[in-house]
Amino acid sequence: MKTTEYLREDKLPHIWCPGCGNGIVISNIIRAVDALNLKRENTVIVSGIGCSSRAAGYMNFDTLHTTHGRAIPFATGIKMANPDLNVIVISGDGDATAIGGNHFIHASRRNLDLTLIVVNNNIYGMTSGQYSPLTPTGKIATTAPYGNIDRPFDLCELAEAAGATYVARGSVYHVQQLKRYVERGIQNKGFSVIEALSICPTYFGRKNKMGSPVKMLEGIRDNAVIYNGKNKEEGKDKFLIGEFKNEPDREYTESYQKIIDSLKEGK
Amino acid sequence: MGKRIEYQLTGSGGQGLITAGIILAEAAILDGNNAIQSQSYGPEARGGASKAEVVISKDVIDYPKTISPDYILCLTDEAYEKYGKENHKNGIIMVDQSVSIEDNSNGVIKAPILSTASEQLKPIVANIIALGFIASYSNVVTKDSLLRALMDRVPKGTEEMNQKALDLGYQLAEDALNAK
Amino acid sequence: MEKNKMRLVQGNEACVMGALYAGMRFYAGYPITPSSEIAEESSIQLPKVGGKFIQMEDEIASMAAAIGASLAGKKAMTATSGPGFSLKQENIGFACMAEVPVVIVNVMRMGPSTGLPTSPAQGDIMQARWGTHGDHPIIVITPTSVKEMYEFTIRAFNLAEKYRTPVILLADEVIAHMREGVEIRTDIEVIDRAKPTPGEPYLPYQLKEGDIVPPLASFGDGYRFHVTGLSHGENGFPTNSVEINNALIRRLNSKITDHLDDIVEVEEGYTSDAEFLILSIGSTARAAKSVVNTLREQGIKIGYFIPKTVWPFPEKELKECFKTVKKVIVPEMNMGQIALEVERVAAGQAEVHRLNKVTGELFTVAEINDGVMAVINK
Repeated sequence: MKTTEYLREDKLPHIWCPGCGNGIVISNIIRAVDALNLKRENTVIVSGIGCSSRAAGYMNFDTLHTTHGRAIPFATGIKMANPDLNVIVISGDGDATAIGGNHFIHASRRNLDLTLIVVNNNIYGMTSGQYSPLTPTGKIATTAPYGNIDRPFDLCELAEAAGATYVARGSVYHVQQLKRYVERGIQNKGFSVIEALSICPTYFGRKNKMGSPVKMLEGIRDNAVIYNGKNKEEGKDKFLIGEFKNEPDREYTESYQKIIDSLKEGK
Repeated sequence: MGKRIEYQLTGSGGQGLITAGIILAEAAILDGNNAIQSQSYGPEARGGASKAEVVISKDVIDYPKTISPDYILCLTDEAYEKYGKENHKNGIIMVDQSVSIEDNSNGVIKAPILSTASEQLKPIVANIIALGFIASYSNVVTKDSLLRALMDRVPKGTEEMNQKALDLGYQLAEDALNAK
Repeated sequence: MEKNKMRLVQGNEACVMGALYAGMRFYAGYPITPSSEIAEESSIQLPKVGGKFIQMEDEIASMAAAIGASLAGKKAMTATSGPGFSLKQENIGFACMAEVPVVIVNVMRMGPSTGLPTSPAQGDIMQARWGTHGDHPIIVITPTSVKEMYEFTIRAFNLAEKYRTPVILLADEVIAHMREGVEIRTDIEVIDRAKPTPGEPYLPYQLKEGDIVPPLASFGDGYRFHVTGLSHGENGFPTNSVEINNALIRRLNSKITDHLDDIVEVEEGYTSDAEFLILSIGSTARAAKSVVNTLREQGIKIGYFIPKTVWPFPEKELKECFKTVKKVIVPEMNMGQIALEVERVAAGQAEVHRLNKVTGELFTVAEINDGVMAVINK
């Protein structure tokens, strides 16, 4: 299918700034969906609140744009109610790890079959540049005018520790990998987390004098370390791109179906 | 039975008095009467003072709680202090033998419920002995219905012990009535 | 199970029985006293009928999951009490705005904050109406018995489906926890949400002539529609249009206010010639009824007025009473919440006297009797 058919073209132009990374992430989600031949009618996109969460409105599926931080529990209800649906959640770093952090770790623990893509632009873009749990220490934000003293999460390590069964980090520079990770995340029958390192030239870039969108993309290229299974240390001052975990485990809706089936047999 | 009859079963959390209240109310329903069971309790699942209330009437029951209890059973000192001592003008107060009461003359009825349970059966069925005791003494629900309600509620394999406990309660009531 | 026979049932248990009868197939919840039995019973019963139960990580998630499941086509419920009800409010507002049928049970306990978790109160009447932000419609119904816990849960689902809106079943600890003989009716109508006509173009928020609300498709039906908490047009997509926003907010509210005769339910006793009136809800109404019955026997012209739908408030029905009623007594297990509404409706036509109890216990019959007699003898 033409990739544009996965978009609601009549809802464009989108609200994102020139140079924003969101478009690259969305296009790779669409390419992954297309590569896997997922039916549009059978696939639901759920998002929270924030710049990247506006993606749901532009994507030609059943789409649900929820409240701030709550995309995962809304998606949990959808998947439980109809396990035949492919449910993809698009969230941002603030949405998924601050206000929605509790849902993030519990969805990882539960291993319900959702695919979560966290577009990490290191900042709250929609509200004009406040620091998030993924803003690196020392960076400037509108609420960290003297430099951020918070220590950030490593989202992928958090997901792994909490029990997500597929965990990977791609970026808006490493687009081939990003598409592949989304594909594998969807294929994993369980809770999958794909962090998509992105750029926010308008707030994060401008506040931290990082230059043009192209310069920011080059920054991702230059600071990325490709994970090979044993070079985690190298990523300490840079960041790792790669697949960190792919260990399928018991899926939640299947476990629940077993209960239903056992009660039927008992009758 | 014309007017409403009210019970308060009080003791310590975990003694099973709420279950006893439920069975009493169920028996009343089986007899074709109206019944409401309610409870008040604190945060403790075990210990503390707990109270089960049962109201039985031929008529529609508007007010769901006891207004002026006819029968108040207290299995512990704390329950007696909290619920048994104060309120009741016309109610018959029944306490376990172990409960210390200051004044034995004002019609308080004592029965060895807890010791009978631990000596003859198991401490866990003290609530059923208490149920048999208060049901027999007050004579509002039929024993048939009470037994049916009891059998519906108790875990499989414990039917015999519970029936024995109920019978022991009836016996204790008979002893108490004879001693009057 | 024998049908149409008296059984001793707990209020919370009756709620689940009613929900299942109404077609509940999804429940999400978080443990909280005094509503936990609803979650426990749902976890036992739902898988037996192919439904789903999930205990979420918090109250907010429970509300969200219930809305999600409803959008995927399943009738969904959640239950909670005061502190949890506060946490659910943002997503209740989402369901109002996105017009998603869902049932929320709030078993009121003593607050504010953690308060007295095992004690009854009626302090959430205003929160049930205005707990979420913005001008939103809401339906709140209040049971006074175990029978009504069963039947009103069915009614809550029916209203939610019919009006595409969250419906709150506002019970109190006494009603939720007591056990009462109840005949389980199996002849109550069950209403399902209107679905779009296959083959026709579908706009999820387009009201067609003669309909109460736009039909609601389920995710997976093939319509590929959008649902958002942002202000949206008939197509469901966000807009900043002032005209569209105005039309949306007015339609959301009028879908309730245009159908008050269907939604509002009141139980009245002796109101045709009453000079005095006790107005109360929930377990307090049981005490009030008892007092009225006794005082009537003594020849006092007193009646009772029990809103079974508390929101929207039964304004028309109450006004009708003021043809004869000169004094209204409003006993509540709070510092005066329904009284505010009664005062507004009475507006000079009758005196309104508050009777408030905040000990964490149900009113005794004597307390209401004394309060009423003080007003009568004044």
